[in-house]
Amino acid sequence: MMDKFKIVIENLNLQFGNQPILKNICASIPENKITVIMGPSGCGKTTLMKSLNRLTDLNPDAKVTGSIFIDGQDILHTSENITLIRKKMGLLAQRPYPLPMNIYNNIAYGLRISGRRKKRYLDKRVEHYLRQVSLWDEVKDRLKEPAGRLSIGQQQRLCLARGLAVGPDIILADEPTSALDPISSQAIEGKFNELKKNYTIVLVTHILRQAKRLADHVIFMYMGEVVEQGPASEIFGNPRQEMTKSYLNGIFY
Amino acid sequence: MNRAVMRVSRIRVGRLLQDKLHVFWMQICLVLVFILPFILVAGMLYKSLLLIEAQPLTELLFSKTWKPMAGRFGFYTFIISSVWVTILALLIAGPICLLTAIHLTQYAKRWVLRVMHPIIDILAGIPSVIYGVWGILVVVPFIGNYLGPFFGKSVSGYSILAGAIVLAIMIIPFILNILIEIFKNIPPELSEASMSLGAGKWQTIKLVQVKKALPGIVSAFGLGMSRAFGETIAVLMVVGNVAQIPKGLFQPGYPLPALIANNYGEMLSIPMYDSALMLAALILFVVVLIFNFASRLIIVKSEKQLA
Repeated sequence: MMDKFKIVIENLNLQFGNQPILKNICASIPENKITVIMGPSGCGKTTLMKSLNRLTDLNPDAKVTGSIFIDGQDILHTSENITLIRKKMGLLAQRPYPLPMNIYNNIAYGLRISGRRKKRYLDKRVEHYLRQVSLWDEVKDRLKEPAGRLSIGQQQRLCLARGLAVGPDIILADEPTSALDPISSQAIEGKFNELKKNYTIVLVTHILRQAKRLADHVIFMYMGEVVEQGPASEIFGNPRQEMTKSYLNGIFY
Repeated sequence: MNRAVMRVSRIRVGRLLQDKLHVFWMQICLVLVFILPFILVAGMLYKSLLLIEAQPLTELLFSKTWKPMAGRFGFYTFIISSVWVTILALLIAGPICLLTAIHLTQYAKRWVLRVMHPIIDILAGIPSVIYGVWGILVVVPFIGNYLGPFFGKSVSGYSILAGAIVLAIMIIPFILNILIEIFKNIPPELSEASMSLGAGKWQTIKLVQVKKALPGIVSAFGLGMSRAFGETIAVLMVVGNVAQIPKGLFQPGYPLPALIANNYGEMLSIPMYDSALMLAALILFVVVLIFNFASRLIIVKSEKQLA
């Protein structure tokens, strides 16, 4: 069965000042699958992921060339409002960064931004998304408390719910479990396996076991370049590149 | 062998003594710095007690009559002048600082901030008397010749407004430096989170960054205010120094620090006068202390809440 590709990256180059971070990246990310971007620290995984929703624009020193097609639309060369493109993607960062407001408003923020202000509607949506990340029962009595008071694991699930609330098709997750304890990590990983039915998930990780547990598709990067990519079974079972082999065997890490 | 041991132990004793001595002097200096504010307050209190015993404090603070010859010292006019100048200065400096800090940390290229940092520091390091001279040469004539007539008023230019403008410029670098630090310390991931939820840049700044920075902004303004309230020489040079309750921005005023600086040592033959000036100093000290304390309290509290 041929995969349908949600995101296609062509000849993507990115540099900060004079320092090249991403070199001629070509990669494809299949729809409704978990694609793991893996590689050693500092190889450009996070930068690649951030360029997918153009958060790299925030760095005034960044220069980007090439193309990123999402649903066939080149988001690097488009007249469409960048905030609309970003809304197609929910972002989950390395550590949870709840917005400086209460739990309820953390979820309602994105909805309000896009013009939904009716309280009944917001109430329903907030509950729906908190349930979706299994957080509702834990926080339903303290929705007005600052989100910063939740435990780190709860905060990360809140951030996931916040991202889902704006109705994206893609979830970008940048080492989302690296600050979490094993139980909370499991909760997040479990959610990803549920969510991939409806979402295309891009997961950056340097935890090999996590990659093996979750990945349907793998992009292996080293020093700003894509070394190898393909279905997880191929990459893990029968890697073609020498470098991938040695990485998987833990020879360099 | 024995000798060598003795020599070593002698050196050791010497070092130990040196160490102890050093620590002793350091502790002396520490204690000195620690008790300095208390000595200051005690001195002011001791001197002003004479007046406080003679007249009720409420009358001293709220009476408008300032007739030292008759032994009547009402500080109300001076307190009001100080409050006017300070609040006005903050109203001018606050928005400028906030917008500059936001631009420098959110929009400007990195080199702009690199260039601006030393410039801000230079501004902060200029002696206040120079700001005063600049006020006399530029701000006062501008108000007297243009701004006053524009509003249909014939004024000298020496006014509350002139004092406030000079003060505002003096506290701008001070507040700005704090605000830049505050905005720089907000993790970029927070903005990224907001923007990935579909917020624009300005929405993100307004709804997330400023909100996150709010306690810091409030305390930066508080610290700036305590600076403005106590600033003496530059204000004294442009504010007119007329002991009256200012009826408008273009009227002269007479803030507390100017009162002290102008008169201490001049008219001390009048009974109780030095006591009155010491009370003015005490009021100044207490107000500045409260501003400082409240601002720092806000910072500490918000840090606890975020952590």
